Amino acid sequence: MSTIIIIWTIVSLTVLGLLLAVILYYVAQKFKVEENPKIGEVDAVLPQANCGGCGFAGCHAFAESCVKQGNLEGHFCTVGGNAVMKLVAEKMGVEAVEQAPQVAVVRCQGSPDKRKKTNDYGGASSCKVKATLYTGDTGCKYGCLGEGDCVDACNFDAIHMNDQTGLPEVTEENCTACGACVKACPLDIIELRNKGPKGRRVYVACKNEDKGGIAKKSCSIACIGCGLCEKACKFGAITIVNNLAYVDFNKCKLCRQCVIVCPTGAMTAVNFPTPLPNKKETIKVPKASEITKPVVPPIKDTVDGSNIAVDSSVKVEVNKEIKTVKKVEE
Amino acid sequence: MKTFNIGGAHPSDNKISKDATIEDFPIVNKAYITMAQHIGAPAKPIVAVGDYVKVGQKIAEAGGFISANIHSSVSGKVQAIKPVADLAGRPVNTIIIDVDGDEWMDSIDRSPEINNNITLSSKEIIDKVKECGVVGMGGASFPTNVKLSPPPGNKAEFLLINCAECEPYLTSDYRLMLEQPEQIFVGAAVIMKALNVDVCKIGVEDNKPDAIAKLKSFESKYTGIQVVTLEKKYPQGGEKQLIQAMTGRYVGSGKLPISVGAVVQNCATAIAVYEAVQKNKPLFEGVITVTGDCLPVQKNFRLRVGTPMNEIMDYIGGVPEQAAKLISGGPMMGKAIANLNAPTVKASSAILVLTAEQTVRKEESNCIRCGKCIEACPMGLEPYLLIRYTKKNNLEELEKNEVYDCIECGCCLYTCPANIPLLDYIRVAKADVMGVMRGRAAAQKAAAQKNSENNKKEK
Repeated sequence: MSTIIIIWTIVSLTVLGLLLAVILYYVAQKFKVEENPKIGEVDAVLPQANCGGCGFAGCHAFAESCVKQGNLEGHFCTVGGNAVMKLVAEKMGVEAVEQAPQVAVVRCQGSPDKRKKTNDYGGASSCKVKATLYTGDTGCKYGCLGEGDCVDACNFDAIHMNDQTGLPEVTEENCTACGACVKACPLDIIELRNKGPKGRRVYVACKNEDKGGIAKKSCSIACIGCGLCEKACKFGAITIVNNLAYVDFNKCKLCRQCVIVCPTGAMTAVNFPTPLPNKKETIKVPKASEITKPVVPPIKDTVDGSNIAVDSSVKVEVNKEIKTVKKVEE
Repeated sequence: MKTFNIGGAHPSDNKISKDATIEDFPIVNKAYITMAQHIGAPAKPIVAVGDYVKVGQKIAEAGGFISANIHSSVSGKVQAIKPVADLAGRPVNTIIIDVDGDEWMDSIDRSPEINNNITLSSKEIIDKVKECGVVGMGGASFPTNVKLSPPPGNKAEFLLINCAECEPYLTSDYRLMLEQPEQIFVGAAVIMKALNVDVCKIGVEDNKPDAIAKLKSFESKYTGIQVVTLEKKYPQGGEKQLIQAMTGRYVGSGKLPISVGAVVQNCATAIAVYEAVQKNKPLFEGVITVTGDCLPVQKNFRLRVGTPMNEIMDYIGGVPEQAAKLISGGPMMGKAIANLNAPTVKASSAILVLTAEQTVRKEESNCIRCGKCIEACPMGLEPYLLIRYTKKNNLEELEKNEVYDCIECGCCLYTCPANIPLLDYIRVAKADVMGVMRGRAAAQKAAAQKNSENNKKEK
């Protein structure tokens, strides 16, 4: 008796399954959306991070726009960098436009020992909320508010708050320069800058536009707009606007003369192998990356300075990287 | 007894300074008169450094349609015109006056007699109110002359004078009701004439029985003005809540009170209008409450605009040691003072000193969807939903859910059992959504203009 029931069940479910398969096949063929196959091809080489760093809704939208336009003008995948763009160009049969790899840079060094607290903030832990309420809990109204909106905005686990300094720190290996943190920061402290050869770059880690005396009073490491760096620079890379110096990364030759002359330490140079002569000793604060184990093993420097090796296995590399990040999030 | 019927909260009223009669605060050595004392465009200074100004002299002109004139509150030399940090620490253009004596403009009638003979016409009254720089003293500082000129197509039917003073701790309006009741009535009569209406209701909450009795004694003298007792409930003093409580009319979402024929003025504004129109005295002083459970004295001061707040605190014996937070305004809607050197402005209503125990924020936990915030919201919004959209930055849904209707009363945050800072987020969302809406309106206007120009060209 029971065998008959089992047989009947198998037979009826098989028939039902076949019937539905036929219906599904028919519907799929009948209502198929015609799409340029190129879009699919381009989409396949993209990192599939769907971060929106390129300015499009996601990787598919980016691919669609590329194919529609016919060239790559105004299109750049910040996550994949030049390597992925080269592949995209290959698929589309056009010339790739090389762009210098960029990285997010936090332009504030106002840790509690340098920038004294003037009041306590008890509101919602969001920089955006804090910024609408007042100028923050320190004397500097341009500096980091420290509530971590940038950390929340990052999809790549590339920015973390350093508990000791109360400031965000960028893990360079993970940063894709998608710009999510730049948009999230209500005070525009984070900037996308060229990564520079071997990751070496010089920039002013301060946004304070107050006059020298006021700036110095609120934060000992603030840019006071003294102009020494501007004079020291032989390449005209430094301009001072509103009592604040700015280094143009296209003109900077990384000689670090400005770092030597800066009286406050606002001028910052990173990833240089040898310490500067004449450089005053500064208290070393452990970086976030040193405290917590880096998620991705350091990737060797490559020809173009990006963190992805230029070879045929690029897509796999990129995907691997993102997968690791996702794992951490879980 | 009347009250509004959507939402609301019942914070204990703590009116500990209610028996302190209004004292004149001594004139300070240096007055800091800021150019942004009202909603809208900041005023433009019309005096130069080194000029001698008298009390009541116009020193800055309205910077746009929604803006207000500013008058000197002291006499002396203009020392500087430069940005000075306000109570949130943001720089605001400020005229700094080195005080020298107390010389008033001759045009100001300083006699104590009440002048209830209204001779000016409706238009003259509105012009006078505009000239004297009167703004709403209830907190929003909306220029009063704009409120008295209804947009075309709208007709005011009645005037409501807001004497609810529903914020805990505040007593400045209460003292005015007791000490200057007739000025409120004459001020109301002046506004009635300006609006060309003959019904006026003064709404007072039932926790001020002596003020109600005092005001009622003038009812017979001024026809058309009626005192209405309201049940104590926060935020009764909200414009839309007051209209609903006193007339039963609902102001629709995104609409102005004038859409139901109502104009609401605060009682201190009524006195300011009275002084401007009948006494020719511009708005340069106001009553502010200095209170707090940890203060040795509770005070109500009549204070010149531009007095630095630290001087007020010094005058009453300094900020006590156990004080943890100072608030400009009441505990529900007031703003925390991050910079005590900031000067007072026209609409400053109080300095509230709170201790650490009173200001502690309990730890935030997860939303349990109890719906208490919805119950408490006097505007019928869903705060828990709004904050979720805010965190996702979904401006479209926020607009659909009428976030722009939020009056920032804080009832949601006050009632939330999970201690979620709902209002903090909603305030940000409201500003964002209103920015988008303004941008859209401007774009539509520009497009319409272009269309009409094109049409003209075609013709």
